[in-house]
Amino acid sequence: MSTEQLIVGLYVFMLATFVGYQVISRVPPLLHTPLMSGTNAISGISLVGSLVAAGAQHNQVSTALGFVAVICASINVVGGFLITDRMLRMFKKGGAGKDKAPR
Amino acid sequence: MIGEALARPILGVAYLLASLFFILCLRGLSSPEQARRGILFGELGMLLAVVATLLHWQILDYTWIFAGLIIGGAIGTAISLTIPMARMPERIALSHAFGGLASALVGVSEYYDSAGRFDGERFRLGALGIESFLGFLTFTGSLVAFGKLQGLLGGAPITFKGQNKVNLLLFLGALALLATALVIPSLALPFYGLAVIGLLLGVLAVIPIGGADMPVVISLLNSYAGLAACATGFALDSKILIICGALDGASGLMLSLLMSRAMNRSFSNVLFGAFGTEPGAAAATTGTALPYNEATVEDAAAVLAAAQSVIVVPGYGMAVSQAQHAVRDLASLLEARGADVKYAIHPVAGRMPGHMNVLLAEANVSYDRLFDLEAINDDFARADAVLVVGANDVVNPAAKKDPKSPIYGMQVFNVEQARSVLVLKRSMSHGFSGVENELFFLPNTMMVLGDAKKTLLGLIAAIKGAE
Repeated sequence: MSTEQLIVGLYVFMLATFVGYQVISRVPPLLHTPLMSGTNAISGISLVGSLVAAGAQHNQVSTALGFVAVICASINVVGGFLITDRMLRMFKKGGAGKDKAPR
Repeated sequence: MIGEALARPILGVAYLLASLFFILCLRGLSSPEQARRGILFGELGMLLAVVATLLHWQILDYTWIFAGLIIGGAIGTAISLTIPMARMPERIALSHAFGGLASALVGVSEYYDSAGRFDGERFRLGALGIESFLGFLTFTGSLVAFGKLQGLLGGAPITFKGQNKVNLLLFLGALALLATALVIPSLALPFYGLAVIGLLLGVLAVIPIGGADMPVVISLLNSYAGLAACATGFALDSKILIICGALDGASGLMLSLLMSRAMNRSFSNVLFGAFGTEPGAAAATTGTALPYNEATVEDAAAVLAAAQSVIVVPGYGMAVSQAQHAVRDLASLLEARGADVKYAIHPVAGRMPGHMNVLLAEANVSYDRLFDLEAINDDFARADAVLVVGANDVVNPAAKKDPKSPIYGMQVFNVEQARSVLVLKRSMSHGFSGVENELFFLPNTMMVLGDAKKTLLGLIAAIKGAE
Protein backbone atom coordinates (compact mmCIF):
# COMPACT_ATOMS: atom_id res chain seq x y z
CA MET A 1 0.00 0.00 0.00
CA SER A 2 1.49 3.32 -1.05
CA THR A 3 1.08 6.62 0.76
CA GLU A 4 -1.36 7.79 -1.91
CA GLN A 5 -3.52 4.71 -1.43
CA LEU A 6 -3.53 5.31 2.30
CA ILE A 7 -4.59 8.93 1.87
CA VAL A 8 -7.35 8.02 -0.58
CA GLY A 9 -8.48 5.38 1.89
CA LEU A 10 -8.59 7.96 4.66
CA TYR A 11 -10.67 10.29 2.46
CA VAL A 12 -13.15 7.50 1.86
CA PHE A 13 -13.21 6.66 5.56
CA MET A 14 -13.81 10.26 6.57
CA LEU A 15 -16.62 10.86 4.07
CA ALA A 16 -18.29 7.52 4.78
CA THR A 17 -18.24 8.24 8.52
CA PHE A 18 -20.01 11.56 7.93
CA VAL A 19 -22.57 10.03 5.58
CA GLY A 20 -23.10 7.27 8.12
CA TYR A 21 -23.56 9.73 10.94
CA GLN A 22 -26.06 11.82 8.95
CA VAL A 23 -28.08 8.86 7.73
CA ILE A 24 -28.09 7.03 11.04
CA SER A 25 -29.03 10.02 13.17
CA ARG A 26 -32.36 10.00 11.30
CA VAL A 27 -33.17 6.46 12.41
CA PRO A 28 -35.87 6.64 15.14
CA PRO A 29 -35.30 4.76 18.44
CA LEU A 30 -38.17 2.51 17.36
CA LEU A 31 -35.87 0.94 14.78
CA HIS A 32 -32.62 0.80 16.72
CA THR A 33 -32.54 -2.98 16.92
CA PRO A 34 -33.17 -3.44 13.17
CA LEU A 35 -30.48 -0.78 12.62
CA MET A 36 -28.04 -2.84 14.63
CA SER A 37 -28.74 -6.10 12.87
CA GLY A 38 -28.85 -4.31 9.52
CA THR A 39 -25.46 -2.64 9.90
CA ASN A 40 -24.20 -5.97 11.15
CA ALA A 41 -25.29 -7.63 7.94
CA ILE A 42 -23.71 -4.85 5.89
CA SER A 43 -20.40 -5.12 7.71
CA GLY A 44 -20.50 -8.79 6.72
CA ILE A 45 -19.10 -7.33 3.49
CA SER A 46 -15.75 -8.42 4.93
CA LEU A 47 -16.95 -11.58 3.18
CA VAL A 48 -15.36 -10.23 -0.02
CA GLY A 49 -11.97 -10.28 1.71
CA SER A 50 -12.58 -13.75 3.11
CA LEU A 51 -13.61 -15.12 -0.29
CA VAL A 52 -10.31 -14.10 -1.87
CA ALA A 53 -8.35 -15.47 1.12
CA ALA A 54 -10.19 -18.80 0.89
CA GLY A 55 -9.80 -19.19 -2.86
CA ALA A 56 -6.38 -17.78 -3.66
CA GLN A 57 -4.49 -21.02 -2.85
CA HIS A 58 -1.51 -19.13 -1.46
CA ASN A 59 -0.86 -21.74 1.23
CA GLN A 60 -2.90 -24.12 3.34
CA VAL A 61 -2.93 -21.98 6.48
CA SER A 62 -4.28 -18.93 4.65
CA THR A 63 -6.87 -21.05 2.89
CA ALA A 64 -8.05 -22.63 6.16
CA LEU A 65 -8.30 -19.28 7.92
CA GLY A 66 -10.08 -17.83 4.91
CA PHE A 67 -12.52 -20.75 4.91
CA VAL A 68 -13.48 -20.17 8.57
CA ALA A 69 -13.75 -16.44 7.86
CA VAL A 70 -16.11 -17.14 4.95
CA ILE A 71 -18.33 -19.18 7.28
CA CYS A 72 -18.39 -16.45 9.95
CA ALA A 73 -19.02 -13.62 7.50
CA SER A 74 -21.75 -15.45 5.60
CA ILE A 75 -23.54 -16.30 8.86
CA ASN A 76 -23.70 -12.54 9.46
CA VAL A 77 -24.68 -11.60 5.93
CA VAL A 78 -27.42 -14.18 5.43
CA GLY A 79 -28.59 -14.20 9.05
CA GLY A 80 -28.38 -10.44 9.44
CA PHE A 81 -30.57 -9.59 6.46
CA LEU A 82 -33.07 -12.37 7.21
CA ILE A 83 -33.58 -11.45 10.83
CA THR A 84 -33.74 -7.72 10.10
CA ASP A 85 -36.49 -8.35 7.59
CA ARG A 86 -38.25 -10.70 10.02
CA MET A 87 -38.23 -7.94 12.63
CA LEU A 88 -39.35 -5.20 10.25
CA ARG A 89 -42.28 -7.31 9.08
CA MET A 90 -43.61 -7.16 12.63
CA PHE A 91 -43.67 -3.37 12.86
CA LYS A 92 -47.25 -2.40 12.06
CA LYS A 93 -49.24 0.75 12.49
CA GLY A 94 -52.88 1.39 13.31
CA GLY A 95 -55.67 -1.22 13.52
CA ALA A 96 -53.41 -4.24 13.92
CA GLY A 97 -53.12 -3.67 17.65
CA LYS A 98 -56.84 -3.38 18.24
CA ASP A 99 -58.75 -5.67 15.95
CA LYS A 100 -57.71 -8.83 17.75
CA ALA A 101 -58.89 -8.03 21.26
CA PRO A 102 -59.11 -11.10 23.46
CA ARG A 103 -62.44 -12.82 23.52
CA MET B 1 -12.45 -17.52 -15.42
CA ILE B 2 -11.66 -14.06 -16.74
CA GLY B 3 -8.39 -12.21 -16.57
CA GLU B 4 -7.40 -9.40 -14.23
CA ALA B 5 -7.65 -6.75 -16.97
CA LEU B 6 -11.31 -7.56 -17.50
CA ALA B 7 -12.23 -8.41 -13.90
CA ARG B 8 -10.78 -5.29 -12.28
CA PRO B 9 -13.21 -2.75 -13.80
CA ILE B 10 -16.17 -5.12 -13.30
CA LEU B 11 -15.35 -5.45 -9.60
CA GLY B 12 -14.79 -1.73 -9.30
CA VAL B 13 -18.20 -0.83 -10.71
CA ALA B 14 -19.97 -3.58 -8.76
CA TYR B 15 -18.45 -2.41 -5.46
CA LEU B 16 -19.33 1.21 -6.24
CA LEU B 17 -22.97 0.30 -6.84
CA ALA B 18 -23.03 -1.96 -3.80
CA SER B 19 -21.76 0.90 -1.60
CA LEU B 20 -24.56 3.10 -2.92
CA PHE B 21 -27.10 0.37 -2.16
CA PHE B 22 -25.80 0.01 1.40
CA ILE B 23 -26.21 3.71 2.07
CA LEU B 24 -29.75 3.57 0.62
CA CYS B 25 -30.39 0.57 2.87
CA LEU B 26 -29.53 2.55 5.99
CA ARG B 27 -31.48 5.54 4.78
CA GLY B 28 -34.57 3.36 4.45
CA LEU B 29 -34.36 2.67 8.17
CA SER B 30 -35.34 6.28 8.92
CA SER B 31 -39.00 5.26 8.79
CA PRO B 32 -40.82 1.99 9.44
CA GLU B 33 -42.73 2.31 6.15
CA GLN B 34 -39.58 2.35 4.02
CA ALA B 35 -37.43 0.10 6.14
CA ARG B 36 -38.16 -3.17 4.36
CA ARG B 37 -37.45 -1.65 0.97
CA GLY B 38 -34.19 -0.38 2.44
CA ILE B 39 -33.22 -3.89 3.50
CA LEU B 40 -33.97 -5.09 -0.03
CA PHE B 41 -31.41 -2.55 -1.30
CA GLY B 42 -28.91 -3.92 1.19
CA GLU B 43 -29.49 -7.48 0.02
CA LEU B 44 -29.10 -6.47 -3.62
CA GLY B 45 -25.87 -4.66 -2.82
CA MET B 46 -24.50 -7.68 -1.01
CA LEU B 47 -25.46 -10.07 -3.79
CA LEU B 48 -23.80 -7.81 -6.35
CA ALA B 49 -20.62 -7.51 -4.30
CA VAL B 50 -20.33 -11.25 -3.62
CA VAL B 51 -21.03 -12.34 -7.20
CA ALA B 52 -18.52 -9.81 -8.53
CA THR B 53 -15.91 -10.98 -6.03
CA LEU B 54 -16.18 -14.52 -7.40
CA LEU B 55 -14.60 -13.09 -10.59
CA HIS B 56 -11.54 -11.95 -8.61
CA TRP B 57 -8.39 -12.86 -10.51
CA GLN B 58 -6.57 -14.21 -7.46
CA ILE B 59 -9.21 -16.86 -6.82
CA LEU B 60 -8.02 -20.15 -8.26
CA ASP B 61 -10.19 -22.65 -6.47
CA TYR B 62 -13.84 -22.45 -5.44
CA THR B 63 -14.13 -25.56 -3.27
CA TRP B 64 -13.62 -23.85 0.08
CA ILE B 65 -15.47 -20.74 -1.00
CA PHE B 66 -18.69 -22.56 -1.81
CA ALA B 67 -18.33 -24.90 1.17
CA GLY B 68 -17.98 -21.88 3.46
CA LEU B 69 -20.85 -19.97 1.85
CA ILE B 70 -23.17 -22.96 2.11
CA ILE B 71 -22.26 -23.80 5.72
CA GLY B 72 -22.37 -20.16 6.87
CA GLY B 73 -25.55 -19.46 4.94
CA ALA B 74 -27.27 -22.50 6.44
CA ILE B 75 -26.22 -21.62 10.00
CA GLY B 76 -27.25 -17.99 9.51
CA THR B 77 -30.63 -18.99 8.11
CA ALA B 78 -31.27 -21.50 10.87
CA ILE B 79 -30.45 -19.03 13.64
CA SER B 80 -32.44 -16.18 12.12
CA LEU B 81 -35.62 -18.10 11.45
CA THR B 82 -35.80 -19.91 14.77
CA ILE B 83 -34.53 -17.49 17.41
CA PRO B 84 -37.29 -15.92 19.55
CA MET B 85 -37.37 -12.12 19.56
CA ALA B 86 -36.68 -12.03 23.30
CA ARG B 87 -33.28 -13.58 22.55
CA MET B 88 -32.29 -10.84 20.09
CA PRO B 89 -29.60 -9.32 22.33
CA GLU B 90 -27.79 -12.66 22.42
CA ARG B 91 -28.05 -13.00 18.65
CA ILE B 92 -26.67 -9.52 18.14
CA ALA B 93 -23.77 -10.21 20.52
CA LEU B 94 -23.01 -13.46 18.72
CA SER B 95 -23.06 -11.78 15.32
CA HIS B 96 -20.56 -9.19 16.53
CA ALA B 97 -18.37 -12.12 17.58
CA PHE B 98 -18.61 -13.69 14.11
CA GLY B 99 -17.93 -10.35 12.42
CA GLY B 100 -14.89 -9.70 14.60
CA LEU B 101 -13.55 -13.21 14.05
CA ALA B 102 -13.98 -12.98 10.28
CA SER B 103 -11.97 -9.73 10.15
CA ALA B 104 -9.31 -11.09 12.49
CA LEU B 105 -8.87 -14.32 10.51
CA VAL B 106 -8.59 -12.49 7.20
CA GLY B 107 -5.94 -10.33 8.87
CA VAL B 108 -3.92 -13.30 10.10
CA SER B 109 -4.36 -15.11 6.78
CA GLU B 110 -3.03 -12.09 4.86
CA TYR B 111 -0.19 -11.63 7.29
CA TYR B 112 0.82 -15.29 7.16
CA ASP B 113 0.76 -15.20 3.39
CA SER B 114 3.06 -12.18 3.11
CA ALA B 115 5.13 -12.72 6.29
CA GLY B 116 8.71 -11.52 5.88
CA ARG B 117 7.81 -9.42 2.85
CA PHE B 118 6.50 -6.34 4.62
CA ASP B 119 9.60 -4.13 4.28
CA GLY B 120 8.08 -1.82 1.70
CA GLU B 121 4.53 -2.22 2.98
CA ARG B 122 4.48 -0.89 6.48
CA PHE B 123 1.09 0.77 6.15
CA ARG B 124 -0.40 -2.53 5.13
CA LEU B 125 1.32 -4.27 8.03
CA GLY B 126 -0.03 -1.65 10.43
CA ALA B 127 -3.55 -2.03 9.06
CA LEU B 128 -3.32 -5.82 9.37
CA GLY B 129 -2.12 -5.48 12.96
CA ILE B 130 -4.97 -3.15 13.92
CA GLU B 131 -7.41 -5.38 12.07
CA SER B 132 -6.48 -8.54 13.96
CA PHE B 133 -6.21 -6.71 17.29
CA LEU B 134 -9.68 -5.15 16.97
CA GLY B 135 -11.13 -8.27 15.40
CA PHE B 136 -9.99 -10.59 18.17
CA LEU B 137 -10.96 -8.05 20.84
CA THR B 138 -14.47 -7.84 19.38
CA PHE B 139 -14.59 -11.63 19.13
CA THR B 140 -13.85 -12.47 22.77
CA GLY B 141 -15.59 -9.35 24.10
CA SER B 142 -18.79 -10.29 22.28
CA LEU B 143 -18.54 -13.89 23.44
CA VAL B 144 -18.33 -12.69 27.06
CA ALA B 145 -21.29 -10.35 26.45
CA PHE B 146 -23.17 -13.30 24.96
CA GLY B 147 -22.31 -15.44 27.98
CA LYS B 148 -23.60 -12.77 30.33
CA LEU B 149 -26.83 -12.28 28.40
CA GLN B 150 -27.38 -16.02 28.18
CA GLY B 151 -26.81 -16.31 31.92
CA LEU B 152 -23.79 -18.60 31.48
CA LEU B 153 -21.50 -16.16 33.28
CA GLY B 154 -23.96 -14.46 35.61
CA GLY B 155 -25.01 -10.90 34.83
CA ALA B 156 -23.11 -9.33 37.71
CA PRO B 157 -19.83 -7.51 37.12
CA ILE B 158 -16.71 -9.63 37.71
CA THR B 159 -13.96 -7.48 39.14
CA PHE B 160 -10.56 -7.85 40.71
CA LYS B 161 -8.13 -5.45 42.25
CA GLY B 162 -6.11 -3.36 39.81
CA GLN B 163 -8.31 -4.43 36.90
CA ASN B 164 -8.23 -1.08 35.14
CA LYS B 165 -4.45 -0.90 35.50
CA VAL B 166 -4.08 -4.34 33.94
CA ASN B 167 -6.28 -3.32 31.03
CA LEU B 168 -4.38 -0.08 30.55
CA LEU B 169 -1.04 -1.93 30.61
CA LEU B 170 -2.31 -4.44 28.05
CA PHE B 171 -3.48 -1.61 25.81
CA LEU B 172 -0.12 0.18 26.08
CA GLY B 173 1.57 -3.16 25.39
CA ALA B 174 -0.50 -3.50 22.24
CA LEU B 175 0.58 -0.03 21.08
CA ALA B 176 4.22 -0.91 21.79
CA LEU B 177 3.93 -4.14 19.80
CA LEU B 178 2.34 -2.30 16.90
CA ALA B 179 5.19 0.22 16.93
CA THR B 180 7.77 -2.60 17.09
CA ALA B 181 6.14 -4.36 14.16
CA LEU B 182 6.30 -1.18 12.11
CA VAL B 183 9.96 -0.51 12.97
CA ILE B 184 11.11 -4.10 12.39
CA PRO B 185 8.65 -5.53 9.84
CA SER B 186 10.52 -8.83 9.60
CA LEU B 187 9.66 -9.83 13.20
CA ALA B 188 6.57 -12.05 13.42
CA LEU B 189 6.29 -12.01 17.20
CA PRO B 190 4.86 -8.48 17.58
CA PHE B 191 2.06 -9.23 15.13
CA TYR B 192 0.96 -12.44 16.86
CA GLY B 193 1.43 -10.73 20.22
CA LEU B 194 -1.08 -8.10 19.13
CA ALA B 195 -3.56 -10.82 18.29
CA VAL B 196 -3.12 -12.46 21.71
CA ILE B 197 -3.53 -9.14 23.56
CA GLY B 198 -6.67 -8.48 21.53
CA LEU B 199 -8.11 -11.83 22.67
CA LEU B 200 -7.21 -11.14 26.32
CA LEU B 201 -8.38 -7.54 26.37
CA GLY B 202 -11.76 -8.45 24.91
CA VAL B 203 -12.43 -10.74 27.87
CA LEU B 204 -11.00 -8.42 30.51
CA ALA B 205 -12.79 -5.34 29.20
CA VAL B 206 -16.25 -6.88 29.23
CA ILE B 207 -16.27 -9.07 32.38
CA PRO B 208 -16.47 -6.07 34.76
CA ILE B 209 -19.56 -4.66 33.02
CA GLY B 210 -22.96 -5.35 34.58
CA GLY B 211 -26.08 -6.58 32.83
CA ALA B 212 -27.85 -3.24 32.95
CA ASP B 213 -25.01 -1.63 30.99
CA MET B 214 -25.28 -4.18 28.19
CA PRO B 215 -26.97 -1.76 25.73
CA VAL B 216 -23.87 0.43 25.77
CA VAL B 217 -21.45 -2.47 25.53
CA ILE B 218 -23.31 -4.12 22.66
CA SER B 219 -23.36 -0.85 20.74
CA LEU B 220 -19.69 -0.31 21.42
CA LEU B 221 -18.78 -3.83 20.24
CA ASN B 222 -20.84 -3.07 17.13
CA SER B 223 -18.60 -0.09 16.58
CA TYR B 224 -15.39 -2.13 17.08
CA ALA B 225 -16.59 -4.78 14.64
CA GLY B 226 -17.10 -1.98 12.11
CA LEU B 227 -13.65 -0.52 12.73
CA ALA B 228 -12.09 -3.97 12.34
CA ALA B 229 -13.82 -4.29 8.96
CA CYS B 230 -12.53 -0.81 8.12
CA ALA B 231 -8.96 -1.82 8.94
CA THR B 232 -9.44 -4.84 6.65
CA GLY B 233 -10.39 -2.36 3.95
CA PHE B 234 -7.16 -0.43 4.45
CA ALA B 235 -5.10 -3.63 4.45
CA LEU B 236 -6.68 -4.96 1.25
CA ASP B 237 -7.02 -1.48 -0.27
CA SER B 238 -10.73 -2.12 -0.69
CA LYS B 239 -12.93 0.98 -0.64
CA ILE B 240 -16.16 -0.92 -0.14
CA LEU B 241 -14.82 -2.46 3.06
CA ILE B 242 -13.73 0.94 4.32
CA ILE B 243 -17.17 2.40 3.57
CA CYS B 244 -19.15 -0.43 5.18
CA GLY B 245 -16.83 -0.54 8.17
CA ALA B 246 -17.21 3.21 8.63
CA LEU B 247 -21.02 2.96 8.39
CA ASP B 248 -21.06 0.18 10.98
CA GLY B 249 -18.58 1.97 13.20
CA ALA B 250 -20.50 5.26 13.05
CA SER B 251 -23.78 3.53 13.83
CA GLY B 252 -22.34 1.64 16.81
CA LEU B 253 -20.67 4.75 18.16
CA MET B 254 -23.82 6.81 17.81
CA LEU B 255 -25.95 4.23 19.56
CA SER B 256 -23.50 3.91 22.44
CA LEU B 257 -23.41 7.70 22.83
CA LEU B 258 -27.22 7.79 22.89
CA MET B 259 -27.34 5.01 25.48
CA SER B 260 -24.74 6.60 27.74
CA ARG B 261 -26.48 9.94 27.49
CA ALA B 262 -29.79 8.37 28.47
CA MET B 263 -28.07 6.97 31.56
CA ASN B 264 -26.27 10.27 32.21
CA ARG B 265 -22.99 8.40 32.30
CA SER B 266 -19.79 8.89 30.41
CA PHE B 267 -18.21 6.17 28.32
CA SER B 268 -15.34 5.82 30.74
CA ASN B 269 -17.79 5.43 33.61
CA VAL B 270 -19.57 2.56 31.84
CA LEU B 271 -16.33 0.91 30.74
CA PHE B 272 -14.30 1.32 33.90
CA GLY B 273 -16.94 1.94 36.56
CA ALA B 274 -18.06 -1.67 37.19
CA PHE B 275 -21.52 -0.35 38.02
CA GLY B 276 -23.27 -1.97 40.93
CA THR B 277 -20.24 -3.39 42.71
CA GLU B 278 -20.40 -0.97 45.62
CA PRO B 279 -23.92 -0.16 46.71
CA GLY B 280 -24.33 3.61 46.93
CA ALA B 281 -24.75 5.28 50.29
CA ALA B 282 -28.47 5.73 49.70
CA ALA B 283 -29.01 2.05 49.03
CA ALA B 284 -27.02 1.02 52.07
CA THR B 285 -28.91 3.18 54.56
CA THR B 286 -32.50 2.58 53.49
CA GLY B 287 -32.35 -1.19 53.77
CA THR B 288 -35.34 -3.33 52.82
CA ALA B 289 -37.43 -2.93 55.96
CA LEU B 290 -39.66 -0.15 54.56
CA PRO B 291 -43.37 -0.87 54.34
CA TYR B 292 -44.89 -1.25 50.93
CA ASN B 293 -48.38 -1.95 49.56
CA GLU B 294 -48.57 -5.46 48.29
CA ALA B 295 -51.70 -5.77 46.18
CA THR B 296 -53.58 -8.84 45.06
CA VAL B 297 -54.32 -9.37 41.40
CA GLU B 298 -57.99 -8.51 42.10
CA ASP B 299 -57.11 -5.13 43.68
CA ALA B 300 -54.86 -4.29 40.77
CA ALA B 301 -57.52 -5.36 38.28
CA ALA B 302 -60.04 -3.03 39.95
CA VAL B 303 -57.64 -0.09 39.57
CA LEU B 304 -57.01 -0.86 35.90
CA ALA B 305 -60.70 -1.43 35.17
CA ALA B 306 -61.51 2.02 36.55
CA ALA B 307 -58.71 3.81 34.68
CA GLN B 308 -59.45 5.94 31.64
CA SER B 309 -55.82 6.46 30.68
CA VAL B 310 -53.14 3.83 31.22
CA ILE B 311 -49.42 3.99 30.45
CA VAL B 312 -47.44 0.76 30.26
CA VAL B 313 -43.72 0.93 31.12
CA PRO B 314 -42.00 -2.28 29.99
CA GLY B 315 -38.51 -3.32 31.09
CA TYR B 316 -36.14 -6.26 30.91
CA GLY B 317 -38.47 -8.26 33.18
CA MET B 318 -41.04 -8.32 30.37
CA ALA B 319 -38.46 -9.91 28.07
CA VAL B 320 -37.43 -12.45 30.71
CA SER B 321 -40.95 -13.66 31.36
CA GLN B 322 -41.92 -13.36 27.65
CA ALA B 323 -44.88 -11.28 28.76
CA GLN B 324 -45.23 -9.05 25.67
CA HIS B 325 -48.24 -10.95 24.30
CA ALA B 326 -50.00 -10.89 27.67
CA VAL B 327 -49.29 -7.14 27.90
CA ARG B 328 -50.89 -6.62 24.53
CA ASP B 329 -53.92 -8.74 25.40
CA LEU B 330 -54.45 -6.74 28.58
CA ALA B 331 -54.06 -3.45 26.67
CA SER B 332 -56.55 -4.57 24.02
CA LEU B 333 -59.03 -5.51 26.72
CA LEU B 334 -58.67 -2.10 28.38
CA GLU B 335 -58.96 -0.35 25.01
CA ALA B 336 -62.09 -2.31 24.22
CA ARG B 337 -63.52 -0.95 27.49
CA GLY B 338 -62.81 2.61 26.32
CA ALA B 339 -59.49 3.33 28.01
CA ASP B 340 -56.54 4.97 26.30
CA VAL B 341 -53.40 2.81 26.52
CA LYS B 342 -49.91 4.05 25.65
CA TYR B 343 -46.47 2.53 26.02
CA ALA B 344 -43.50 4.43 27.42
CA ILE B 345 -40.21 3.14 26.00
CA HIS B 346 -36.97 4.12 27.70
CA PRO B 347 -33.83 4.17 25.52
CA VAL B 348 -32.01 1.74 27.82
CA ALA B 349 -34.93 -0.51 28.76
CA GLY B 350 -33.84 -4.08 28.09
CA ARG B 351 -30.45 -5.31 27.03
CA MET B 352 -29.93 -3.60 23.68
CA PRO B 353 -31.08 -0.46 21.88
CA GLY B 354 -34.69 -0.87 20.76
CA HIS B 355 -35.22 -4.16 22.62
CA MET B 356 -38.72 -3.27 23.91
CA ASN B 357 -39.89 -1.95 20.54
CA VAL B 358 -39.09 -5.25 18.87
CA LEU B 359 -40.83 -7.31 21.55
CA LEU B 360 -43.99 -5.19 21.43
CA ALA B 361 -43.96 -5.23 17.64
CA GLU B 362 -43.78 -9.02 17.84
CA ALA B 363 -46.89 -8.94 20.04
CA ASN B 364 -48.65 -6.89 17.35
CA VAL B 365 -48.71 -3.59 19.23
CA SER B 366 -49.11 -0.76 16.75
CA TYR B 367 -45.92 1.31 16.75
CA ASP B 368 -47.80 4.61 16.94
CA ARG B 369 -48.72 3.61 20.52
CA LEU B 370 -45.02 3.47 21.52
CA PHE B 371 -43.62 6.73 22.87
CA ASP B 372 -40.08 7.88 23.65
CA LEU B 373 -39.05 9.40 26.93
CA GLU B 374 -39.41 13.04 25.85
CA ALA B 375 -42.70 12.44 24.09
CA ILE B 376 -44.52 10.89 27.01
CA ASN B 377 -42.94 12.11 30.22
CA ASP B 378 -45.45 14.92 30.72
CA ASP B 379 -48.39 12.55 30.28
CA PHE B 380 -47.75 10.61 33.48
CA ALA B 381 -49.20 13.40 35.61
CA ARG B 382 -52.51 12.98 33.73
CA ALA B 383 -52.54 9.18 33.72
CA ASP B 384 -54.97 7.29 35.94
CA ALA B 385 -52.77 4.23 36.15
CA VAL B 386 -49.24 3.26 35.21
CA LEU B 387 -48.41 -0.39 34.70
CA VAL B 388 -44.69 -1.07 35.25
CA VAL B 389 -43.85 -4.47 33.77
CA GLY B 390 -40.42 -5.62 34.90
CA ALA B 391 -38.76 -2.20 34.74
CA ASN B 392 -36.75 -0.86 37.66
CA ASP B 393 -34.00 1.74 37.21
CA VAL B 394 -35.90 3.63 34.50
CA VAL B 395 -38.72 4.39 36.98
CA ASN B 396 -36.56 5.15 40.02
CA PRO B 397 -37.25 8.67 41.33
CA ALA B 398 -33.86 8.63 43.09
CA ALA B 399 -32.30 9.41 39.70
CA LYS B 400 -33.98 12.81 39.89
CA LYS B 401 -33.43 13.83 43.49
CA ASP B 402 -30.81 11.74 45.28
CA PRO B 403 -27.29 12.89 44.31
CA LYS B 404 -25.85 9.95 46.27
CA SER B 405 -27.63 7.37 44.16
CA PRO B 406 -25.43 5.61 41.58
CA ILE B 407 -28.05 6.30 38.93
CA TYR B 408 -28.43 10.00 39.83
CA GLY B 409 -28.89 12.11 36.70
CA MET B 410 -30.25 9.31 34.54
CA GLN B 411 -33.39 10.38 32.67
CA VAL B 412 -36.32 8.48 34.17
CA PHE B 413 -40.06 8.35 33.68
CA ASN B 414 -42.16 10.50 36.03
CA VAL B 415 -44.35 7.51 36.87
CA GLU B 416 -44.85 8.56 40.51
CA GLN B 417 -46.94 11.52 39.26
CA ALA B 418 -49.69 9.20 38.03
CA ARG B 419 -52.75 8.64 40.21
CA SER B 420 -51.79 5.04 40.87
CA VAL B 421 -48.79 2.96 39.92
CA LEU B 422 -48.95 -0.82 39.55
CA VAL B 423 -45.56 -2.49 39.64
CA LEU B 424 -45.30 -6.06 38.39
CA LYS B 425 -42.12 -7.50 39.82
CA ARG B 426 -40.76 -10.95 40.52
CA SER B 427 -39.85 -10.19 44.13
CA MET B 428 -38.80 -7.28 46.34
CA SER B 429 -35.11 -8.03 45.74
CA HIS B 430 -32.95 -5.36 44.10
CA GLY B 431 -32.46 -5.20 40.36
CA PHE B 432 -29.21 -5.59 38.46
CA SER B 433 -27.83 -2.29 39.63
CA GLY B 434 -28.45 -3.20 43.28
CA VAL B 435 -30.09 0.18 43.85
CA GLU B 436 -33.08 0.59 46.16
CA ASN B 437 -36.12 1.98 44.35
CA GLU B 438 -38.23 4.25 46.53
CA LEU B 439 -41.05 4.16 43.98
CA PHE B 440 -41.97 0.76 45.43
CA PHE B 441 -42.62 2.31 48.85
CA LEU B 442 -44.76 5.29 47.80
CA PRO B 443 -48.39 5.39 49.01
CA ASN B 444 -49.80 5.44 45.46
CA THR B 445 -47.78 2.40 44.40
CA MET B 446 -49.18 -1.13 44.45
CA MET B 447 -46.71 -3.97 44.23
CA VAL B 448 -47.98 -7.11 42.50
CA LEU B 449 -45.28 -9.71 43.05
CA GLY B 450 -44.79 -12.81 40.95
CA ASP B 451 -44.07 -13.80 37.37
CA ALA B 452 -45.15 -10.92 35.11
CA LYS B 453 -46.86 -13.10 32.53
CA LYS B 454 -48.91 -15.01 35.11
CA THR B 455 -49.91 -11.77 36.83
CA LEU B 456 -50.99 -10.24 33.52
CA LEU B 457 -53.08 -13.27 32.62
CA GLY B 458 -54.61 -13.07 36.10
CA LEU B 459 -55.42 -9.40 35.57
CA ILE B 460 -57.10 -10.15 32.25
CA ALA B 461 -59.21 -12.90 33.83
CA ALA B 462 -60.14 -10.70 36.81
CA ILE B 463 -61.21 -7.74 34.65
CA LYS B 464 -63.32 -9.99 32.43
CA GLY B 465 -64.80 -11.73 35.47
CA ALA B 466 -65.95 -8.42 36.91
CA GLU B 467 -67.82 -7.43 33.75
